Amino acid sequence: MSESVERQPVLRIQDLAVHFDVHEGGLLHSELRTLKAVDGISFDLMPGESLGVVGESGCGKSTLARAILGLIRPNRGRVMWLGEDLTLLEDEALRRKRKELQIVFQDPLASLNPRMTVGDIIAEPLRTFFPKFARVQVEERVRGMMKMVGLLPNQINRYPHEFSGGQCQRIGIARALVLNPKLIICDEPVSALDVSIQAQIITLLRDLQKKLQLSLIFIAHDLAVVKHISHRVMVMYLGKAMEISDKKALYRRPLHPYTSALVKAVPIPDPKIAREQVDTGLTGDMPSPYNPPSGCVFHSRCPYVVNRCKLDVPALRRMENGDWVACHRAEELDLTIRQAGHGDG
Amino acid sequence: MSALLEVKDLRVSFDTPEGEVHAVSGIDFNLEAGDALAIVGESGSGKTQSMMALMGLLAENGHASGQALYKGRDLMQMQPHELNCHRGRDIAMIFQDPMTSLNPYMNVEKQMTEVVMHHQGLNHHEARAHAIEMLRAVRIPDPEQRIRQYPHEFSGGMRQRVMVAMGLLCEPDILIADEPTTALDVTVQAQISQLMAELRRKSNTAIVLITHDLGVVAGLCDRVLVMYAGEVVEFGTVDQIYYDPRHPYTRGLLESVPRLDHVEDQELHAIPGNPPNLLSLPVGCNFRRRCAFAFDACHQKPELKEAGEGHFSRCHLDEES
Repeated sequence: MSESVERQPVLRIQDLAVHFDVHEGGLLHSELRTLKAVDGISFDLMPGESLGVVGESGCGKSTLARAILGLIRPNRGRVMWLGEDLTLLEDEALRRKRKELQIVFQDPLASLNPRMTVGDIIAEPLRTFFPKFARVQVEERVRGMMKMVGLLPNQINRYPHEFSGGQCQRIGIARALVLNPKLIICDEPVSALDVSIQAQIITLLRDLQKKLQLSLIFIAHDLAVVKHISHRVMVMYLGKAMEISDKKALYRRPLHPYTSALVKAVPIPDPKIAREQVDTGLTGDMPSPYNPPSGCVFHSRCPYVVNRCKLDVPALRRMENGDWVACHRAEELDLTIRQAGHGDG
Repeated sequence: MSALLEVKDLRVSFDTPEGEVHAVSGIDFNLEAGDALAIVGESGSGKTQSMMALMGLLAENGHASGQALYKGRDLMQMQPHELNCHRGRDIAMIFQDPMTSLNPYMNVEKQMTEVVMHHQGLNHHEARAHAIEMLRAVRIPDPEQRIRQYPHEFSGGMRQRVMVAMGLLCEPDILIADEPTTALDVTVQAQISQLMAELRRKSNTAIVLITHDLGVVAGLCDRVLVMYAGEVVEFGTVDQIYYDPRHPYTRGLLESVPRLDHVEDQELHAIPGNPPNLLSLPVGCNFRRRCAFAFDACHQKPELKEAGEGHFSRCHLDEES
């Protein structure tokens, strides 16, 4: 897959950080605390590449998405889009850039204006960026988009509440694609949907991505969901990247203990295997992001923790096979998934 | 000996401005102590409403008919005060969204002790000790401190654990869990599933798990009831449902679960279309319009027929073979 594409990344994220200052406590004795939602993330995204971003609530994956699009201004780092640093752009220039970078949100109904018809919702970005387009031209494009995402063009005058969750997500995708963007960021686009409908939306996104040669960042809290749509997967925990690996390697032999726990946590729809399914090995709960553990942020839950993990922050480093990991013990640990049914099968 | 819970021809309908909607059109099942039954279906299949009906929790415009015999006594015929003797004590329900089902104005201690003081006549001191014990059982760290906190001070996974602890307070015979892990992160989902399995093993509690995801059912339950548009379309043991699914809808649900245990690039098979509008169901089989195998006979309503021992399916294909 990756051999056919040119080797220049469309998007290069360098040491991106988003910190929120939050006042905690009462009116009189409030304390200013800093939440490091995204804390030094770097990665490249190639043209036509699809990167899965996985992590649990509070790991900063949605904040990362918003920071890339400039919906939140990062505190540090660069967002290099086709060689240009988006973090340096003024609001108006950034707004114009958004033609090329679009987002699909998690909650399909909540992200659509209930008082606008489907046609107007999909046309809105067109009218904003190309106010001179004629009515018929806009409508033709909207109908074309509806068809492409699997909606019936004759439903153009209906309102969002008349559609099911899966159809609303199709509307969101049509709106994101109407400007012919080069990059789409999907923020948990299927978490709110029934499993049967999730598969429809994942397949649709994958087909569109191939057909339109889109670069895609697909955010989810579940490794199973991103498996079908990603070339590479980044695993995040408490604002940091734990691992960025080629998909096949990641599911067969994770490099980071947290990735391994995420793989083991996915339930398997096969009774004989599921009854034997092993523990995730994780201890305790996600620590407070206001007060992340010292050293490796994952050390408080890691089954392989050693003293060094509590003292030194592991850097994200490149392994021999080209994958990236932030774990002191990556070389010595063999995290090959040996669970019954997992593996080459 | 009669079953712990025997549900017979349970039906639920709602009066709506557009007309009467049949949310559940007749379901039957038995539950023995220590059983774990999954009720599986998409949004609007009637899986939640059937359980709400037997708990007496339907919305005002809802009507239920049929029987739900708990130890031989019909829950459906009970007055609210009689039902209150069973709800929470003998049959407990935990809901999908812990934030909306916990009272945000009450700390956890108040919410938990209230239940046991009412049902078991414990004094506050005993009730508190019991509540702390339950929180410890669901592995909430530092329960003596945390019991004083309010729901918003807990993380999502912790809140769901508080819900499970509350459901277990009176050691119910039956625990009905409505999508208990849907809103949770995967690692927390795995923890809650383990917790429920443990509970079943230790206290012989019968579990009814309501879910849209066949992934979470396989390791936890022993029988599965698949619902579509208010009807049971297939019923059997987990092994029958997963290894020998008869109804095309069940097969579709199984194939749409993304699997990690297949390393090679497996195609995801989605069920085409959307769940039907209950106000305008197709003539004949409800699943007909989304079914790849539909043929002429499907314009007639299929019956639920035995396809193997204890294995039932509502599909004309089974009659042909």
